[in-house]
Amino acid sequence: MSNGTPPAILLDKVNKWFGQLHVLRDVSLEVATGEKVVVCGPSGSGKSTLIRCINRLETHQEGRIVVDGTELTDDTRALDTIRSEVGMVFQSFNLFPHLTILENCTLAPIWVRKMPKVEAEALAMEFLTRVKIPEQAKKFPGQLSGGQQQRVAIARALCMRPKIMLFDEPTSALDPEMIKEVLDTMIELAESGMTMVCVTHEMGFARQVADRVVFMDQGEVVESGTPHEMFESPQTDRLKLFLSQILRGH
Amino acid sequence: MGTTTTTHASTPARAQPALLVAGPIAWARANLFNSVWSSLVTLALAYFLIKYAVSLVDWAFIKSVWTVPTDPATGRLDPTACRQAKADGGACWAVIWDRYRFILFGRYPFDEQWRPAIVIVLFLGLFVVSAMRRFWRKELALIWVATLTAIFVLMWGGVFGMRYVAQDEWGGLPITLILSTFGLACAFPIAVLVALGRRSTDLPAVKLLCVVYIEVIRGVPLISLLFMASVMFPLFMPEGLNPDKLLRAQVAIILFAAVYLAEVIRGGLQALPKGQYEAADALGLSYWRKMGLVILPQALRLVIPPLVNTFIGFFKDTSLVLIIGIFDLLTSGKIAVTEPIWQAFSTEVYIMLGLIYFCFCFSMARYSRGLEREFSKSVRR
Ligand SMILES: Nc1ncnc2c1ncn2[C@@H]1O[C@H](COP(=O)(O)OP(=O)(O)OP(=O)(O)O)[C@@H](O)[C@H]1O
Ligand SMILES: [Mg+2]
Repeated sequence: MSNGTPPAILLDKVNKWFGQLHVLRDVSLEVATGEKVVVCGPSGSGKSTLIRCINRLETHQEGRIVVDGTELTDDTRALDTIRSEVGMVFQSFNLFPHLTILENCTLAPIWVRKMPKVEAEALAMEFLTRVKIPEQAKKFPGQLSGGQQQRVAIARALCMRPKIMLFDEPTSALDPEMIKEVLDTMIELAESGMTMVCVTHEMGFARQVADRVVFMDQGEVVESGTPHEMFESPQTDRLKLFLSQILRGH
Repeated sequence: MGTTTTTHASTPARAQPALLVAGPIAWARANLFNSVWSSLVTLALAYFLIKYAVSLVDWAFIKSVWTVPTDPATGRLDPTACRQAKADGGACWAVIWDRYRFILFGRYPFDEQWRPAIVIVLFLGLFVVSAMRRFWRKELALIWVATLTAIFVLMWGGVFGMRYVAQDEWGGLPITLILSTFGLACAFPIAVLVALGRRSTDLPAVKLLCVVYIEVIRGVPLISLLFMASVMFPLFMPEGLNPDKLLRAQVAIILFAAVYLAEVIRGGLQALPKGQYEAADALGLSYWRKMGLVILPQALRLVIPPLVNTFIGFFKDTSLVLIIGIFDLLTSGKIAVTEPIWQAFSTEVYIMLGLIYFCFCFSMARYSRGLEREFSKSVRR
């Protein structure tokens, strides 16, 4: 898959322990610029940990992680740069409840990117329009529905004009009728060419946008391939078992 | 389900006079007389309440004496009327009329007492301005600096044709306001830093320092800290360098208050969901931006009630400086009644002192409730 340009994200034999618990075992993964990768696997398999290592919300103990050409180390200066290039969307939205929707979106552009306030607000309105809720700009997060909050969270991340977007189960805290509006936003984002790593169990989404699906179990990458390969002809028993459970659940 | 209540509740409101459904009578019936026991308790309490309220009003207003005549022979006040009132079970408010300036301003030179009077007004103005959210801007810091400078210029004098008044002549309410305002204003930022330090994970030395500071200060009573500041501290200082007594007491109060405030603030920091920290990190905000823009604004709102509780506690605790001979409001009240003719009327003076303290503390409490309500409007989760 290497075509000369360096990968957007490179994980090389990454290991991570929580105390005695070995949560990532020799995980290697390359994500090319513009590629969409969906990570799936049973609960506790280390998906969140993996994605959180990419912007160093968790630190890994062994191996190398290189994001956008910069290796993740203890150097905090490099870390702030990487974090401002990598957007993250959480399962629980994590909007700042004391700030309005607009302020949520302009906070980082103003204080990290040093953008003038007017410009930041124009940018925020642009992205709020893209996620289809410009009319909520003056409200507080607590006044919005879950689906709307998650779309604001996406807009907030996009306002930093990140090169990479990470999603950690963005729809699993939502009521079924709100899942679609968030997935639609993500699909649109994918079509615009963003590099994306998504942890999700939405197989329809994976089929539609993923270039590659990575299946994790017990801290290991067990299998990876195109959505078609993975879902139609799984190679390992673990993936077969997982898929049967997922399908039964739906 | 009791049949009586259900029929009562289900009766359409139109069928009854409004007073019986939502008015004071309905309220009393629902809250004070809703059972035999509750009616008995209500009646018993009402009896004691009325009985004591009546005797209080009787003492304070009806049988009381408000002024006493001057004895023409000596040119001094003649407290005979007050003694008579006391014997009859009435209050003597004349003592306050006679001594209020001493109570409010202590031994501050009599002719110069307009200066501490302005100081009190300045303090009140500063509180009112700071309380208005409209003024919560960077300029507020300037207002504080300017006002506090003006306050000290007025107190000390020595410029603009004002006589110099040494610090040991200051007294009364300005001292209480200086100690508490400065105390809390300086303790608060220290407390924020200490709370953050105590929670820091990547600076173990800072964390240890904060823990030691908190535990040591919290382990000793404020009184002993004040004693140390006033008696022991000068022993360790080099000859000639001896900061005045008020300053030393002030430092002790700041150090003490900061610990309690820090623990309250730490509670707020802990109560915030981890996701807030992570979202701020993920956006690339630096540590201080994260704290200042995301974490502290939320954490401090969460702890407004205990924070104000601590503020109120410290406002009153400043009266402990009495034991190291600083002339605060309580001290001056106490000394005001040592004068022979008024010795028997200390109750009235203490009631007045209590009222002054109460006004300040009650305003703080009311204000914090308003603030809480206003914040909870925007932060509905
Ligand atoms: N902060 C932590 N401290 C200790 N153990 C942790 C911590 N975070 C996660 N773990 C453990 O690490 C393992 C992997 O967790 P992780 O959250 O990455 O799983 P996941 O695949 O995202 O699961 P889920 O689908 O439930 O979100 C789990 O066994 C979990 O209990
Ligand atoms: Mg997870």
